Amino acid sequence: MDQSNNKTENSTRTRSHLISRRVDRIFLEIHRVFAFNVRFFKEVFFPPYEFKEIIKQCYEVGVRSLPLISITGFIIGIVFTNQSRPSLQDFGATSLLPALISVAIIRAIGPLVTAIIAAGRVGSSIGAELGSMRVTEQIDAMEVSATNPFKFLVVSRVLATTFMIPALTMYTTLVSLLGGYLNVHQVEQTTIVTFFNQVFDAITFLDIIAASVKSVLFGYTIGMVGCYKGFYSSKGTEGVGKAANTSVVTAMFLLFIEELLVMQVINAIRGM
Amino acid sequence: MTEKELNPNIDRSQKVIFIRGLKKAFDDNVILRGVDMDLYKGENLVVLGRSGTGKSVLIKIISGLLTADAGEVNVLGEDVCCITPKEMDKLRLKIGFSFQNSALYDSMTVKENLEFPLVRHAKDMTQAERDKLIDVVLEAVGLRNAINQMPSELSGGQRKRIGIARTLILRPDIMLYDEPTAGLDPITCIEINNLINEVQRRFNTSSIIITHDLTCARAVGDRLVMLLDGEFKREGTFEEVFATDDERVQAFYNYNFSE
Repeated sequence: MDQSNNKTENSTRTRSHLISRRVDRIFLEIHRVFAFNVRFFKEVFFPPYEFKEIIKQCYEVGVRSLPLISITGFIIGIVFTNQSRPSLQDFGATSLLPALISVAIIRAIGPLVTAIIAAGRVGSSIGAELGSMRVTEQIDAMEVSATNPFKFLVVSRVLATTFMIPALTMYTTLVSLLGGYLNVHQVEQTTIVTFFNQVFDAITFLDIIAASVKSVLFGYTIGMVGCYKGFYSSKGTEGVGKAANTSVVTAMFLLFIEELLVMQVINAIRGM
Repeated sequence: MTEKELNPNIDRSQKVIFIRGLKKAFDDNVILRGVDMDLYKGENLVVLGRSGTGKSVLIKIISGLLTADAGEVNVLGEDVCCITPKEMDKLRLKIGFSFQNSALYDSMTVKENLEFPLVRHAKDMTQAERDKLIDVVLEAVGLRNAINQMPSELSGGQRKRIGIARTLILRPDIMLYDEPTAGLDPITCIEINNLINEVQRRFNTSSIIITHDLTCARAVGDRLVMLLDGEFKREGTFEEVFATDDERVQAFYNYNFSE
């Protein structure tokens, strides 16, 4: 009887010990994420500035994403227009199609689709690159040669995503609207001038500001998550794969939360 | 097995590294239990020991990649445990670190790898001067023709050489080699051993060589120390270190030469 009591007591103690270690780990992780963000803002304003690396990363994030973004954005424009038409047709309101496309693409689809594609393409690549640099001691090599690896690797990449995602968002929005226009023109024979007049009539200055703020936030998040996961990846090839994978998953999760939060704030402003 | 000739350039009156009572643990795993060590100017000191005994931890503490739990680590007159990050960066320019896997930057060519520290720390240098310096170090490691190659196009031995060249480019006073011959064929090992001696002679460096390869230890070491149970238990020339009945030391010797 005593033995079984001891066993139960031991297993309860082990379980509570495990839980306390897990809780400790969660708080340590939160602290590390916070410190990583604070360090970025500390380092970004002080020299030396790695301009060459920032430009290289801007090219990697921006120019290299163009083919994928172009095709995806264009197809989304066509598909969204095509799928929205039947609903409007039921009310005989297909003339509102350009306005609907405009609101949907500029307010939500453009920034979100760009960010999701970038999280998959850029976020995973940053996570894997930095993870592999950590595993092969390249980050340590930078540190022992008195070069700040955080500034060279993290600051340059986060700045590149923060600058380039808004630019890509503008581009995706334009390409999606073109896709939408082609579909509308094919079915309703609307001219390009009429289409874009309706597009711009439907949106407000606040929509443009909201989309810009969102895309800057998305860019920062994608860069930061990719860098954080790669910079602190565990040793070994498994760590590199994990860094790439968690970069995408975490970034996407945060993107949707941010989308929701910004939408609430903008709706509140609109209601004022 | 070639033994190293006596090195007349060692200055025993000048210590470039001075370590006393160094302790380091990772959670409950105690790695270093109070290491005392001196490195003299111009000397090649070999640190022997089995895997996981803390050899690499020791040089990572010296270069400031890890912090010590206790003890004094004095490098070129600076206590690395107490200096500011800026002072640490200044000190690091005088220390060359050759990593076990070379740690060449994958996305850069050999030339860009070598230029990387120069661009940041020798800003007043012209491009022509940089190119000349790169040529000198590449010639020193015998790989002049690899200048435009990517690290992925090089063999293991060539990567090691370029790694050493990259550390030499800032003319360090101290070289730290982490397992310089690990994973290389015997002929390349001999070439790397010769290169370590050549670097010591030509650039007048003091070096710590971390290894468990006794052929390398004998060929490059002016003095050897053996890390056992987190402390230096044996010290001296190759013969002195292994002139003991300690089973662990003998097992280490026998295993190396029965391979």
